[in-house]
Amino acid sequence: MNVGRPLKSTWLTLRFRKLPFSYRIDRRVPLVALLLMAFTLMVLIFSISYGAYDISPLEVIQTISGTLPQDHPDYRNFNLVVHTFRLPRIILAFLVGAALATSGAIMQGITRNPLADPYLLGVSGGAALVAVALIVWLKDLPISLLPWGAFAGALLTAGTIYILALKQGSSSPVRLILIGVALGSMIGAVLTVMLLFGDINDVQQAYVWLTGSVYGTRWEHVQALSGWLLVFLPIAFFMARSLNALNLGDETAQGLGLRVEWQRGALLIVSVALAAAAVAVAGTIGFVGLIAPHVTRRLVGPSHEGLLPVSALFGGALLVLADLIGRWVIAPGELPIGIITAIVGAPYFLYLLYRSR
Amino acid sequence: MNSFIHIENLSLSYDNDLMIVHQLNLQISKGTMTALVGPNGCGKSTLLRGLSRLLKPKQGAVYLDGQNIHAMKARDLAQQLGILPQSPTAPEGLTVHELVAQGRYPHQSWFQQWSHNDEQIVQEALVTTNLTMFADHPVDTLSGGQRQRAWVAMALAQQTDVLLLDEPTTYLDLAYQMDVLDLLDDLNAKGHTIIMVLHDLNQAARYADTIVALRGGQIVAQGTPEQVMTVENILQVFGLQAEVMTDPITGTPMCVPIGRRGSRRKTRLAPSNGRYLLTPVMHELERS
Repeated sequence: MNVGRPLKSTWLTLRFRKLPFSYRIDRRVPLVALLLMAFTLMVLIFSISYGAYDISPLEVIQTISGTLPQDHPDYRNFNLVVHTFRLPRIILAFLVGAALATSGAIMQGITRNPLADPYLLGVSGGAALVAVALIVWLKDLPISLLPWGAFAGALLTAGTIYILALKQGSSSPVRLILIGVALGSMIGAVLTVMLLFGDINDVQQAYVWLTGSVYGTRWEHVQALSGWLLVFLPIAFFMARSLNALNLGDETAQGLGLRVEWQRGALLIVSVALAAAAVAVAGTIGFVGLIAPHVTRRLVGPSHEGLLPVSALFGGALLVLADLIGRWVIAPGELPIGIITAIVGAPYFLYLLYRSR
Repeated sequence: MNSFIHIENLSLSYDNDLMIVHQLNLQISKGTMTALVGPNGCGKSTLLRGLSRLLKPKQGAVYLDGQNIHAMKARDLAQQLGILPQSPTAPEGLTVHELVAQGRYPHQSWFQQWSHNDEQIVQEALVTTNLTMFADHPVDTLSGGQRQRAWVAMALAQQTDVLLLDEPTTYLDLAYQMDVLDLLDDLNAKGHTIIMVLHDLNQAARYADTIVALRGGQIVAQGTPEQVMTVENILQVFGLQAEVMTDPITGTPMCVPIGRRGSRRKTRLAPSNGRYLLTPVMHELERS
């Protein structure tokens, strides 16, 4: 068959001659991903060097790569500050951003709703509720167990939303948000009651945590989160194709041979797991899951093969930056990272709401 | 005639009380083009949903090439039967190529997501629908006709024998309506079995081999356009007084509704020997 003008390929296809494997992404993806990674790395180095105890960017690189001369006067201090205090929190910020952004991108995909986001739908709240309960009641809980509790709470909220909104077919963006707001208020009320009767020290800690913060991050937090990401991020990326099909509407998706309910359920669980794991280690950080997929869609188009990984990178970069800003604005004090994302995210949300009337 | 799609005693409903389609039997031959017509709420779209497994039957079954479609795997069915819902919407910014590529979904797996074969078939679908030039354009920037062709191209890339379309011409300008119907006609000539819901009786008569007229969830008439498009059937199905004439271009039957205004003019103007189409004009000319 005569194929006419050869198509200007907007795709990069990954194929192997021997293996039955092929994967396809938008041509813009590698470039955008590379730029984001370079940006993140820059901010990361700057962020580690910034603080009450100043370390030059060069010394940061030397410390991380282990090439700092042992006879350097601040050798021990640098290693302590970089490896114990600053690096884990910044890496955690990146991972949390990646998890929340991917979670948001999946939610927007399965609901065909541009306003879906784990925070706005109350999923993060559900995760926080159980996590706070565990923190307040079981004081010496190992951190690696916290994500499981958060996951249970988030699943419960997501299940409620599913029954109230999604099951009756596609629901309007605003309706979904309203249900999320209602659930969020209910969860907030229960949280308040719980905190009222809690120990004063726990309560203060819980409050900081609830606004979303990476303050006092230890490597075990990073460990607890990365385990979840290692499982669920690849699943999400491999299910990109199903998300693409779901995005065409239930009828078309079913016509393409997709088991719509099953796939939607599986994707919902993946996105809830990602959000819950992030909430368990860093509290409820809002709007990342909303902003990152939106901006990414403008950069690399709506196909999820590229959208999901680039959203993850974008969300990560956003939180690393937000963390730096939070430490910088009222230095030597520090604003929780969730406050920064809310200051940027809430107006963006209003703009999207205005546009989706 | 061998029946390719065999609908047996099919009852469909959205809730249990109200049967939209009731104990319907229908046979459709391979390689034919069938139009489902009828008034709003007659069950024609519901029947299409039942045929495509979007709706589970309350009773009865649909067989495709001897297999009960509700017992088949979703993926296997999607390799044999493609669906184009009524006025589908593509996500913002999705290009034509990306949309058409979705048609390959039932032929792919987790690991094998984009083979050379996939690319080839998508290119062919773009050529068939005359969209190669627009491959990189976002679907939401195309004209209504091009957009509908893009969706047809997606269904084509699915490489199914059967194509089901729910009012493929809705919301399109007349020129685009013909454009889409001509495309479907080409596909039919290449061997696709096409079943579509159509609003316009004259288009149905022009393009379909078989017309199935429904009312109240049951078949009132079925057969060739000549058999179905009769004054009596139109009255029974639509409750509409109409004249049936011969389409001057294709020779197929053509329905001309009378209506109140028409009936006044008809009694005043129509001569006894027929040819209503031209008489009012001639009469005006004579008067001037």
